Amino acid sequence: MAELTYREAVRDALSQAMRGDERVFMMGEDIAEMGGSMGVTTGMLAEFGPQRIRNTPISEIAIVGAGIGAAVQGMLPVVEIMYEDFLTISMEQIVNQAAKHRTMSGGQVKVPLTIRTQGGAGWSPGAQHAQQLEAWFTHVPGLKVVFASTPEDVRGLLWSAIYDPNPVIFFEHRTLYPIKGEVPDTIAPIPLGKARVHREGGDCTVVATGRLVHEALKAAELAEKDGISIEVVDPRTLSPLDADALVASVRKTTRCVTAHEAVVQGGFGAELAAVIQHGAFDYLDAPIERVGAKFAPLAFAPVMEEFIVPHASDVLDAVKKTLARA
Amino acid sequence: MTQVEGEPRVDAVLPEERLRGLFREMLVIRRFEEKVEERFRAGELPGFLHVAIGQEAVACGVCAALEPDDVISSTHRAHAHTIAKGTHINAVMAEMYGKKEGCSGGYGGSMHLYDVARGNMGANAVVGAGLPMMAGAALAFTLKGEPRVAVPFFGDGATNTGAFHESMNLAQLWKLPVVFVLENNGWAESTPASQQLPLAVEDMHHRALAYGMHHLEVDGQDVEAVFAATREARAHAVSGKGPVFMNVRTFRFTGHYVGDPQVYRDKAEARELAETHDPIERLRVRLGVSDEDFERLDAEVQAEVDASVDFAKAGTDPAPEDALRWVYADGTMERS
Repeated sequence: MAELTYREAVRDALSQAMRGDERVFMMGEDIAEMGGSMGVTTGMLAEFGPQRIRNTPISEIAIVGAGIGAAVQGMLPVVEIMYEDFLTISMEQIVNQAAKHRTMSGGQVKVPLTIRTQGGAGWSPGAQHAQQLEAWFTHVPGLKVVFASTPEDVRGLLWSAIYDPNPVIFFEHRTLYPIKGEVPDTIAPIPLGKARVHREGGDCTVVATGRLVHEALKAAELAEKDGISIEVVDPRTLSPLDADALVASVRKTTRCVTAHEAVVQGGFGAELAAVIQHGAFDYLDAPIERVGAKFAPLAFAPVMEEFIVPHASDVLDAVKKTLARA
Repeated sequence: MTQVEGEPRVDAVLPEERLRGLFREMLVIRRFEEKVEERFRAGELPGFLHVAIGQEAVACGVCAALEPDDVISSTHRAHAHTIAKGTHINAVMAEMYGKKEGCSGGYGGSMHLYDVARGNMGANAVVGAGLPMMAGAALAFTLKGEPRVAVPFFGDGATNTGAFHESMNLAQLWKLPVVFVLENNGWAESTPASQQLPLAVEDMHHRALAYGMHHLEVDGQDVEAVFAATREARAHAVSGKGPVFMNVRTFRFTGHYVGDPQVYRDKAEARELAETHDPIERLRVRLGVSDEDFERLDAEVQAEVDASVDFAKAGTDPAPEDALRWVYADGTMERS
């Protein structure tokens, strides 16, 4: 086992895929000399050259569209959208093109495109550089949606995303890049659509994604002091969702909290709650609680940003709320 | 038509036999579109229908100049491109009827005609959306070292989209083998060029000049001119010198869609246009096809088109649950 940061784990998956397979190449803004705005691709230009590590103009429509076209012609493109807020610019190509061509062609084409992007609060980037928009993409048939929370997961899931024959939107969380974690010496691909139980517990399941996985784990530690046992489950792939694993956990614990950084209203937590209550209705001892951001664009001032997004304390409060129901 | 500077002339002249083949192909497309219009008005065809009557020489001239491995993307006005790229009219007609035998298996319809085996990477119902994907196809050809070109068809309305400008810029920046074929008919749905562009239709090459891209001006009613220009554009693009923009001036004889009352247009003028700028009539005169020969050929073509309707009607309806069949591709892209 080796220890890698989340950032290094992303780079390792990309580099190893590119070393072993000529079909894999990358496109994105500032990914070459600069190594991307988050330093994820640092050093890759020197190893792979400008044909395969391609700096693009600031053209999100063309970046995604060209990725689709190259994918259909047999390449395995990994395109980077610098901030996930900017996915909105390429929305047409993602929603109407990438997600639709397989069906519209009656199965004649595959679109093995990976769209990597990152977002997240915590650095006061304001309202246009830190959103969490994953729910939008889970609403679109034809797309797969991944949100990885640990170095081991991000490496194994990215590998699977690259080799998946479908378009995959791959979310990374900015504040996770420096975190360290054990990873196997060789890449173990993690199948898309499989959840991970991070911590077992008996009183309440917290289904969390991205940064909130870590907040949920913190909440579980705090809860332990009060004699509350929390199970933390990360779906990892939001579409397709591992409903069975989530339902099994809640049937065991009989209570559930969903937690993500995105706003609660219309957020993916609502989908999780619906799926879980359908599969575990007879087992639930309390309504499912949802934790997420307050319904406001992210504000700049750190105290306001902190107020908007959820933390471990919010997760713990929600767990206690479910336990307070008789 | 202007020749690309410094470009050797390529085999841009069609032998008479091939020209006669193109004459027949244009007639097939014309009769096909008249037939689908008739069947649509009779209530037999679901969906939306957009025909390209008057623009046949563009599709036929361009596709005749491409190699079989070259790829195209088409627009919501897609029948002509699809037939010209080699798809049998039976498969196109069956698609109109939503049958399994259709070229997209009944999943696409008139606006989403695909035939990947013949290099048709799909007709797109979002204006301008095919362009970035063709840039990407061309990028794949470059990375793989394959001497192929990617050819998006699009209209003048598409030149106002971000997708157009981003694709032109990217293709020129990376010298991608793309031949951008502007079917410049002067209409964006019901809006004339004068209300949607700060340029006159004849000045559309300025859009290419802005990117330093080679461009060609072509009379789109003259199939030979379209063929010759496309041969030159293809030779340029495939040689690594970068993309080419073709401003192909053409005319849409009909409305935006079948059933369009065309309140925005002088109908007498449109009728006159159809009489004076018909690419089929023009080639008939050029080839010296007699009235008698034409009538014989036309009867033959009409019979083929009628047979395609019979073929389509006798086709298989997909099972409703087939709708879920191609949402995702299974498995992984195995390591090469």
